[in-house]
Amino acid sequence: MHDNVFDRFHSGESLLHRLDPRVKVVVTVIFIISNVLLPDAAWLAFGLSWLLLLGANMLSGLGIWFSFKRSFVALPFALAAVTAIFSIPGNALWNWQIGLLTLTATDTGVLRFLSILVRSWLSVQMAILLVAVTPFPDLIHAFEHLRVPAILTTIVAFLYRYLFVLTDEVMRLMRARESRSATLPGHKSGGNVFWRARVVGNMTGQLFLRSFERSDRIYNAMLARGYQGQIRTLHAHTMHRADWLYGLVAVVLILSLHVVGHFPLG
Amino acid sequence: MPVAHKSKFDFALPECDGDVLQISELKFSYPDGHQALYGVSLNLCQGDKVALVGPNGAGKSTLMLHLNGILSGQGHVNVGGMELTHENLPIIRAMVGLVFQNPDDQLFSPTVFEDVAFGPLHMGLPEVEVRARVSEALDQVRMSNFRDRLSHHLSMGEKKRIAIATVLSMRPQILVLDEPSAGLDPRARRSLINLLRDLPISMLVSTHDLAMVKELFPRMVIMDEGRIVSDGLTMELLDNEELLEAHGLEKP
Repeated sequence: MHDNVFDRFHSGESLLHRLDPRVKVVVTVIFIISNVLLPDAAWLAFGLSWLLLLGANMLSGLGIWFSFKRSFVALPFALAAVTAIFSIPGNALWNWQIGLLTLTATDTGVLRFLSILVRSWLSVQMAILLVAVTPFPDLIHAFEHLRVPAILTTIVAFLYRYLFVLTDEVMRLMRARESRSATLPGHKSGGNVFWRARVVGNMTGQLFLRSFERSDRIYNAMLARGYQGQIRTLHAHTMHRADWLYGLVAVVLILSLHVVGHFPLG
Repeated sequence: MPVAHKSKFDFALPECDGDVLQISELKFSYPDGHQALYGVSLNLCQGDKVALVGPNGAGKSTLMLHLNGILSGQGHVNVGGMELTHENLPIIRAMVGLVFQNPDDQLFSPTVFEDVAFGPLHMGLPEVEVRARVSEALDQVRMSNFRDRLSHHLSMGEKKRIAIATVLSMRPQILVLDEPSAGLDPRARRSLINLLRDLPISMLVSTHDLAMVKELFPRMVIMDEGRIVSDGLTMELLDNEELLEAHGLEKP
């Protein structure tokens, strides 16, 4: 029984699917950095950035609103930026009195907060699109080509490989618990909250122990096949002219966003 | 006109209308569209010990997961005369003791005692009763001196016995075991067979171990490709080499 909830790859035959994973990773990273570097309240540039994103969505063949529909999961994290409203000096908009504390919202603060919201929202969407059009092993492969330290790529690769095994294991544990969660007529069942919490704690502990022992077994199996601390791969990806071309086009488009953002017309 | 063959055996299965378990026309597809059960019907009576055999992927485990509502497909499942519905589920789970193939899934508490006590504690029984049930269940699987051991460090055979004890402590009406003899050494297998023989309770046991079936279960049900293809006397079915071969089984 395989749990595929974590696999975000959507197979397809589009231009974006065929592009070399390195290009996709680099363009995504540049896009994210570009969003971060755009000045606060550069709404036109943010809008263009979004258009670029929609264009990429279209090229992916997954539908123009693909990343939009999946982007809201990350929004709660952006709320961490809510403190910006009160901590950036500027013209006071309104005051809140909470006990002895006075919170003052400023206009620059609000602009900063909204800009951070838009930046993170755009960046998350591009990342969503990246993992949707690139199979995970290719992604790791791209990181290796881009000289990301092997220890990091190895950890990520193993995480991905065994995440599924782990969720399967959790599912089976919960299923076994459910099978024995019975009720007798006339008895209040379920135990108290503390007892239930302890059972969950025990299950978590068991899961940790098993994962720990599994990692030992896996490592032994790797050693048995001659592992010496490096994962070797066949370098199957080669950059074609089209890859260079599309990568270049994307970078130029992103740079021109900054012209708009930093030197607003008028 | 149907021809009635005279049985070579003078032993017959008792008439059974399914007072312990009645399954009728059970169909089930997994969420990915793969259909695992195509209309399965099966009756089990008080004291019946039935073997469920068939190749991997025949739907044996899927069928077993229906017996206490972990999975639910179309059709009817009756346990002890009670229809399996969402409301009856908690009560039915006390009547069906489902033991998973991998005892590591079954044993999720640090000590043997806590694991065997989980079912009774969840039922809300008083402490004295819980302790009594745990001792009784461990006695039944002859593992009384293991009650304070860590489940994590037991051998496979010991884990299997404890896994059976964890459901016996709920005093089920029917024991449902998924491949209990898989992965056991001959001695552990032998003691498991003796244990299953001595347990005075109805059971449905899925297995690939036909030698065990021959020894232990008077009735055998063969499943293949989501259907029950044969249900009858073990001695008769094991004699039918054509049937066995057609469903990937080997005569022991």
